[in-house]
Amino acid sequence: MTRGRAFAQSLDGNQKAVAVALTVLFGFGLGFGVAHLMAGSIAYWGVVSVPFFITLRVALPATVIAGVTGVASGYVLAKGRFPGRDLLESLGSLPIILPPTVIGFYLLEVLSPGTRVGGVLTRVVGHALVYNVDGCIIAATVAAFPFCMRSARTAFEGVDVALEQAARAIGLPNWRVALQVSLPLARRGIAAGLTIGCARALGEYGATLMVGGDINGKTRTMSLAILDSFTTPERNTMLLILVLMAIVAMTGVGLLGRSRS
Amino acid sequence: MTSALDVAVARHIGDFDLDVAFTVDKGISVLFGPSGAGKTLTLSLIAGLLRPDVGTIAINGAIVTDCARRLYVSTQRRRVGMVFQDGLLLPHRSVLDNVALAVRQVGGRRARRDVARTWLERVGAEELAQRRPVSLSGGQRQRVALARGLAGEPALVLLDEPLSALDTKVRRELRTLIREVIISSGVPAVLVTHDAEEADELGDVVIDYDDGRVTGQHAVARPSYPEPPLENPAGTEPS
Repeated sequence: MTRGRAFAQSLDGNQKAVAVALTVLFGFGLGFGVAHLMAGSIAYWGVVSVPFFITLRVALPATVIAGVTGVASGYVLAKGRFPGRDLLESLGSLPIILPPTVIGFYLLEVLSPGTRVGGVLTRVVGHALVYNVDGCIIAATVAAFPFCMRSARTAFEGVDVALEQAARAIGLPNWRVALQVSLPLARRGIAAGLTIGCARALGEYGATLMVGGDINGKTRTMSLAILDSFTTPERNTMLLILVLMAIVAMTGVGLLGRSRS
Repeated sequence: MTSALDVAVARHIGDFDLDVAFTVDKGISVLFGPSGAGKTLTLSLIAGLLRPDVGTIAINGAIVTDCARRLYVSTQRRRVGMVFQDGLLLPHRSVLDNVALAVRQVGGRRARRDVARTWLERVGAEELAQRRPVSLSGGQRQRVALARGLAGEPALVLLDEPLSALDTKVRRELRTLIREVIISSGVPAVLVTHDAEEADELGDVVIDYDDGRVTGQHAVARPSYPEPPLENPAGTEPS
């Protein structure tokens, strides 16, 4: 067992939360510090920081939504007994296989206010779901979802069925078996899926470009901004920050997955 | 008088045919026979973990399985406690939590944990309350599993070869404990074993199994029982 893993397992719930928070703060602080040193000007700082915060506004909700829906779908696919489960998983995995711009194109087709579904959604939400942060979140969620779902399914299938039966035999209803037995026992595999999903949401480009529109100061995430600033020095800073964000996110989620409870 | 358990079921799995009928009253009834005779399968059918092809099962007179009427009461609502061969304690929860999860009485978390502590004391495992199952010996694990099996005030407790994975010394200690705790709780029990000595030492009635059939049944001579205690150990009312 590595020292890092031993350390993670020795922490209780509160300590883990603090450790994750500190890791995130440290990572972001380091990223900004490096950016600041490299930038050397306030204007430069503005160019870099705006896409950074847009990326956070997109990637965090996308990871949460993809995590919740992916884990729930993974559970149904792993534990449900109905025909067509593998077909459903294949459908849910399409965003991995199809080019992101194709996904973005069809999302645009569905979400645009002029379409039937998009029109209904626009009326329900009260505003359009394209060319704003909401559209970017939807695109990043779609991109992250398959990783969360597939990892969760594999993790839930790996849980000892006898333990779940034992929990039912002592009277736990099925929803408590799912939340208090299956979920904690599958947490490592789920954390692995969330890690990749989060990284995918951070780096999402093609679908976000189609649905979000790459509007400076509104929907231009770090990934989009890196390409937009390809001929300028900012690209290196933004790439560095994006890499640091991905490392911090993956470290944090990984730490939670290795915890004891 | 209503029997604690009435079983008349048949189930076909692969090349194996189970077709058994028996009745269980108070005390410990042992299903005794060689491995592969269908004993554990019978427990799974009683607990509702599997469904028979045909037949009925009644616990305390209430039908919980009736294939003709397609009636299958869920495992959770049968009010059976189970003690498995290797304990099957939840590895991510403490010993106390494992037992408290089985407590069905109405009340808050603290009340359920109090009931769980009382059961851990009864099986001599109170000092293990905060430990994780992975750190327990086989004997300790089965003590906790016994507490968990009884903590929900079940109508019936099922024990599936609870001692088979233990060494001889621990097995002897636990035989005495299992019998004392179950008899004093007043909960009827069905215990599966392939050990003849264990069957005679633990059982009030021994039901012989062979190749999916009941081949005989005999009572074990025992002194008469004291009446079950009027109050449950935690002093709480059953829900």
